[in-house]
Amino acid sequence: MLRDITLGQYYQAESVIHRLDPRVKLGTTVLFIISLFAFDGFWGYGVAALFLGIVIKLSKVPFKFMVKGMKSIVFLLSVTVIFNLFLTPGEPLVQIWKLSITREGVRLAVLLSIRLGFLIIGSSVMTLTTTPNQLTDGLERMLRPLNKMRVPVHEIAMMMSIALRFIPILMEETDKIMKAQLARCADFESGNLVRRAKSLVPLLVPLFISAFRRANDLAMAMEARCYRGGDHRTRMKPLHYEKRDYIAYLIVIGYLVAGVAAGKLIPVLLGGVVL
Amino acid sequence: MSSTQQNFAGCGDREGKMGIVKVRDLIYEYIRRDEEGNVEGITTAVDDVSLDIRQGEFVAVLGHNGSGKSTLAKHLNAILYPTEGTVWVDGKDTKDDAAVWDIRQTAGMVFQNPDNQIIGQVVEEDVGFGPENMGVPTKEIWERVEESLKAVGMYQYRKYSPNKLSGGQKQRVSIAGVIAMHPKCIVLDEPTAMLDPQGRREVIRAVRALNDVERITVILITHYMEEVIYADRVYVMDKGRIALQGTPREVFSEVEKLKELRLDVPQVTLLAHELRREGFPMPKGVLTDQEFLEALEHCVSAVM
Repeated sequence: MLRDITLGQYYQAESVIHRLDPRVKLGTTVLFIISLFAFDGFWGYGVAALFLGIVIKLSKVPFKFMVKGMKSIVFLLSVTVIFNLFLTPGEPLVQIWKLSITREGVRLAVLLSIRLGFLIIGSSVMTLTTTPNQLTDGLERMLRPLNKMRVPVHEIAMMMSIALRFIPILMEETDKIMKAQLARCADFESGNLVRRAKSLVPLLVPLFISAFRRANDLAMAMEARCYRGGDHRTRMKPLHYEKRDYIAYLIVIGYLVAGVAAGKLIPVLLGGVVL
Repeated sequence: MSSTQQNFAGCGDREGKMGIVKVRDLIYEYIRRDEEGNVEGITTAVDDVSLDIRQGEFVAVLGHNGSGKSTLAKHLNAILYPTEGTVWVDGKDTKDDAAVWDIRQTAGMVFQNPDNQIIGQVVEEDVGFGPENMGVPTKEIWERVEESLKAVGMYQYRKYSPNKLSGGQKQRVSIAGVIAMHPKCIVLDEPTAMLDPQGRREVIRAVRALNDVERITVILITHYMEEVIYADRVYVMDKGRIALQGTPREVFSEVEKLKELRLDVPQVTLLAHELRREGFPMPKGVLTDQEFLEALEHCVSAVM
């Protein structure tokens, strides 16, 4: 049933990674993504692969869940790989008609697929080990300094969590309206694109009306429970950094240093062999 | 109608005689506007209502759709403000802006649709929402959440997503969310209207337990007669006015009057009433099956 859907792709497990503070996970993901673009040379990526591998192992989430995220970018990835392969100028390796695969092209294509692949897997690790709730909490805390710039951080976070709460309810409602309209011979499937888009009107109008009504009720219920914005509010589940969170930050810094060092030093040690 | 002005000195014998809610000459008017915003007409939803509710009482407000009972309820939580007249909650005037949050904390409100009043994505987080807003320290929030969920019998569901609960369970979570704010009084605005019979029983049982055990004042707005029989006092509303008031027994004695107001009476009450009309010596205002059986036995032995 629709009401059983889990939001995001959280994978329930007991692991160190799951227990980490969401801010650590968010920060690490951002740093990891930056590192993917900052490292040069394959040795840096070796370190990144090692880091990612250890994190995945620690998270106890089956690897196939990580790869799931890759499916969505296969098309994008193959297009960029093909363009890079054929259109990078340089020393030609293979010549097919007017197109040539160059040595530089191969290097770029491989680098790019590694970067994109790691990026997707890296962010999947975060979403798989953090509930949407924790993510919103983490974001709210991390973005709190923006409050001084008059960005309504608390309100945005509240909107996100209410949206998450209402998605299953509205989906169920869509399902109900759809069935009601089908019972009255509405046709959502045949015809060309314009016709199909038009046939959605009798679905969307009632849905929107009901969503507004719900929003109105919810606002009243929130006010009745003394909700008055983010000031003076205490938290039931406040975020606290624990020892493991500090250790995690240290490890991430270690990883960055190791990655940069590996990219710079190992080629020198190997006598200037640049891959 | 004479029963409107009956004296109820007899039903204040529960502990705490201080008035928690006091309504005087309340009038509330909706202004209907057409598309250009011109005033089309004025609907008087609540018309000259006065009532007093004492600490610890269980009061029911009955009425069919459009009788003004929900509008009245929303005044007790300072969601609506009187057009004329005054509402005091725990001695504070609801028109006083400075007192709004105190009033909302004193008189908690449970609404009709359980889905539209649950904010949290996990049961315990939703119950914690009110205390969070009030600025209660974290440790105390957890204590309040635990005790409120236990009071409505939903403690074992604390880690559940509200989407996976039944209607009755969701409504009990909403009630827990209100109790966690430690109100003196709970206003329930048709809490059972969207529930199945099983869910209705669960919710009413939870509400009665709160009133009996925790001594919280309960104001139950409903149109189900069966839910009213446990109340200390009943107000029946019609066209914005209080048409009848008294103990459930007194109100249900007026079967003809209730029919006039398009309200049903519980089946046993109706049966007893019909029997009485046929000349059987049945007492007025029979409320439960048990009472009916006793009355019938009495009746049969008298006839024999």
